[in-house]
Amino acid sequence: MLAFTLRRAIQAIGVMIAVGVIAFSMFRFAGDPVNQIVSLDTPAAEREAVRKSLGLDDPVPVQFARYFGNAAQFKFGVSYQFRQPVSNLLMERMPATLELAACATVFAMVFGILMGVYSALRRDTILTKFFQAVSLIGISLPTFLIGILLIYLFSVTLGWLPSFGRGDVVRIGWWTTGLLTLSGLKALIMPSITLGLFQMTLIMRLVRAEMLEVLRTDYIRFARARGLTTRAIHFGHALKNTLVPVITVAGLQFGSVIAFAIITETVFQWPGMGLLFVQAVQNVDIPIMAAYLLMVSLIFVTINLVVDILYTIVDPRLRSTIRRPA
Amino acid sequence: MTVPVLSVRNLEVEFLTRRSTLRAINGVSFDIAKGEVLGVVGESGAGKSVTGLAVIGLIDPPGRIAGGEIYLSGTRIDHLPPEEIRRIRGKRIGMIFQDPLTSLNPLYRIGDQIVETIRTHMNLSETAARKRAVDLLAEVGIPAPDKRIDAYPHEFSGGMRQRVVIALAICAEPELIIADEPTTALDVSVQAQIISLIKRLGRDHGTAVMLVTHDMGVIAETSDRVAVMYSGRIAEIGPVQDVVQNPLHPYAKGLMGAIPTLAGEDKRLVQIPGSMPRLSAIPPGCPFNPRCAFVFDRCRVDRPEPLKHGSHAVACHLFDTTPHEAAKETAA
Amino acid sequence: MSDAVVPHRVEPNAPAARSGTGWLKRALDSDIFYSFRRSRMTMVAAAVTILFFLLAIFASQLAVQNPFDPAQLQLMNSRISPLWTAEGQSPFLLGTDEQGRDVFSAILYGLRISLVVGVLGVIFAGTLGITLGLIAGYVGGAIDGLIMRIADVQLTFPAILIALLVNGVAKSVFGNRLDAMSTLAVLVVAIGLSFWVQYARTVRGSVMVEKNKDYVAAAQLIGLPAPKIMLRHVLPNTMGPILVIATINLALAIITEATLSFLGAGMPDTMPSLGTLIRIGNNYLFAGEWWIVAFPGIALAGLILSINLLGDWLRDALNPKLR
Repeated sequence: MLAFTLRRAIQAIGVMIAVGVIAFSMFRFAGDPVNQIVSLDTPAAEREAVRKSLGLDDPVPVQFARYFGNAAQFKFGVSYQFRQPVSNLLMERMPATLELAACATVFAMVFGILMGVYSALRRDTILTKFFQAVSLIGISLPTFLIGILLIYLFSVTLGWLPSFGRGDVVRIGWWTTGLLTLSGLKALIMPSITLGLFQMTLIMRLVRAEMLEVLRTDYIRFARARGLTTRAIHFGHALKNTLVPVITVAGLQFGSVIAFAIITETVFQWPGMGLLFVQAVQNVDIPIMAAYLLMVSLIFVTINLVVDILYTIVDPRLRSTIRRPA
Repeated sequence: MTVPVLSVRNLEVEFLTRRSTLRAINGVSFDIAKGEVLGVVGESGAGKSVTGLAVIGLIDPPGRIAGGEIYLSGTRIDHLPPEEIRRIRGKRIGMIFQDPLTSLNPLYRIGDQIVETIRTHMNLSETAARKRAVDLLAEVGIPAPDKRIDAYPHEFSGGMRQRVVIALAICAEPELIIADEPTTALDVSVQAQIISLIKRLGRDHGTAVMLVTHDMGVIAETSDRVAVMYSGRIAEIGPVQDVVQNPLHPYAKGLMGAIPTLAGEDKRLVQIPGSMPRLSAIPPGCPFNPRCAFVFDRCRVDRPEPLKHGSHAVACHLFDTTPHEAAKETAA
Repeated sequence: MSDAVVPHRVEPNAPAARSGTGWLKRALDSDIFYSFRRSRMTMVAAAVTILFFLLAIFASQLAVQNPFDPAQLQLMNSRISPLWTAEGQSPFLLGTDEQGRDVFSAILYGLRISLVVGVLGVIFAGTLGITLGLIAGYVGGAIDGLIMRIADVQLTFPAILIALLVNGVAKSVFGNRLDAMSTLAVLVVAIGLSFWVQYARTVRGSVMVEKNKDYVAAAQLIGLPAPKIMLRHVLPNTMGPILVIATINLALAIITEATLSFLGAGMPDTMPSLGTLIRIGNNYLFAGEWWIVAFPGIALAGLILSINLLGDWLRDALNPKLR
């Protein structure tokens, strides 16, 4: 167990170093860090001085080590657009993104599992066919179109929900939350659905496939031969075994939910990291792009690690013998 | 004579496929008395396991019981609604499957699985059920049962897991145990232990046992009576000593001839030529006729019914004393 | 001569009769075509997909104006609602946007761009992925390890993030004012770099299986060079799964391009793709000018849905296990 966790942690660090190299290359070679300090009409001599003072004439490995050391302390340089430290900008916007991603994941999990279980247990009903149609649409419609459609329906036509922003937020320390106010909650509904719909589809398909697989196993047949009630078999035995791989996928999906939030945040003008990143791409604000990449990778890698450890807790077989299904 | 624990009459099981209806069980009848062990042998696909599943009501679509009756201690159970047959499963009929490695849910402690089963069928508190679970584990020979009860299935060896499966099968004191190839997946050294365990439990509790296997050795050791199945029918049924030492049906003869013995060193093992027909291509008349050394015209048209012959009942025209034409006339 | 020979006697004639339309007949007899005819939904999806491609190819013949040519746009024609509404004006079937651009014409030209980027992106991703997969599978060892490690890491990141990063870096390196055609090239590269992993994994898996088979040993024995063996013998065996991936990837590539353009990191307003049109139209949604966003949206959704349906069917039809 410990060796397993350790090996996973080392792998995670490896990934972070690889991503760090990419982020550094972007920071150093794609953008000119000197531009962070000086304005466009600064004379060349002055630029050269700044370049020296920033250590940009040091050997590349030294620069990389310095960049990485700074990044480890959450110092990512200064944004070209905002003339502010990138870390401040990111930290300010992170709660919005994490809250949105969490709500979307909860929505996707709850409805994905319910729909998946239902369509596995009642294979030929009209509702199942409907769920399958929804899942096809969920995979085929681009996220931003779903967002626009929701806005048109619930904001433009019905006027029930706000079409942009977070509503009123409450500040708790450095964290801001929209979960404690009515307008904040209302503002969360449509972005969460938009962001979660694709994951919901994915989870529904996965749960259905896994559940059908589990229902064919010997231990389910034996559970039936023991005379257990259908409810105990379906919702005790089959569901628990179904959810083990689902946890892994859903956990891993949380990472991509954060990345996909880029689109949702743009549609709903949600003041999160994703919106910051899109603006950075539009305005070629390299320090923000590099920092966002590092932050998102860190979140991904951490989640992967947590999911791996969770997996071993849920599945007792893995606690003693470490092997992961393909 | 008392009522048998299990009584099967003219059982027919069909599987509907897109092309046709396959008859997996075709007119099977037998009884098992209290405390008796009936061995059921045959090649794979002969219908042994399907018979067991039919008794316990676990034939899933596209399969279905197409005819016949099944009585448990005199009550008919084959046409009960699903909820009622569910109450019988595990309580009055215990079942043991072939592969102990896959029979237990890997994510639940074995104790939880036993307690769950006990409490489904008996009105016991959690603590009482747990105490009973420990007793059961002790009875099936699990060492340190009060500790092992909290272990997960993967922490047991195959033989130990099969003991757990047996504990699960007997946890509500069933009248009948159906053991479907209970030793096939186990090491040879463990097989004998499991067999003697099943035998002892049957004796101690007066439980009737239907032991399905393709291993004649296991049958000879354990059973009181034996039924030889071929192509969804019973070819011969009778006391185990008589059938093993003096098989009548040509197929049973072949089957017994295929068992190696220590006594007859220089005898060649007999082989039955050909293989059992597929369900979609069962020949008319006696299903064994294409492989039978004693085949004659009647075997190709007329299906033999099991007839009493001494202590055996055998479905073979060789042992039919009534003349063929006469039989036809009475039937018409 | 017994009866048993009779069937053979027909044989010499049969190939001759077939030879003219041989491949066509064989194709029509095949299992794949059979399953195609069985599924009405798939036939509709195929028809819609072909229709979209035709619309894109003949865009300049069908459109009432060239939406990319500012000289043809007149501001007095701006924000006209669709033809069937009260304020509709001929010839603007689906209305016009704020620059006086005919929405129908813009969709046709936008469709063309979306399909060109999608198809080229898939070809780029496929070529890159197949090449790397062949090398990884055939050469093995450290190179295999390196390629697959990169694939693993990249797979944890969503394609859209990678595409955005590639796009941002390209803009930074080439300066922010890329012309429309260069942007298109950047999009193709960004999409290609985002989607190569699946091809590489599939091809590598097949190569690992195939390279131990006797026919490869035989080819090596007669001295064929390794690249030739891979391309001529191993690659054809992987074409089925690749086709499925490519079809589903085409839908994904079109979504990615549309998303990038919607986010303002793709095609510029002067040469809009469907995604750009939706971004532009989105700004007028609150003003009640729904048609500027609705019709490009419907076109995009219809295109992706039909390609996805085709992909699903192809996957099931080529997978003998599911038949």
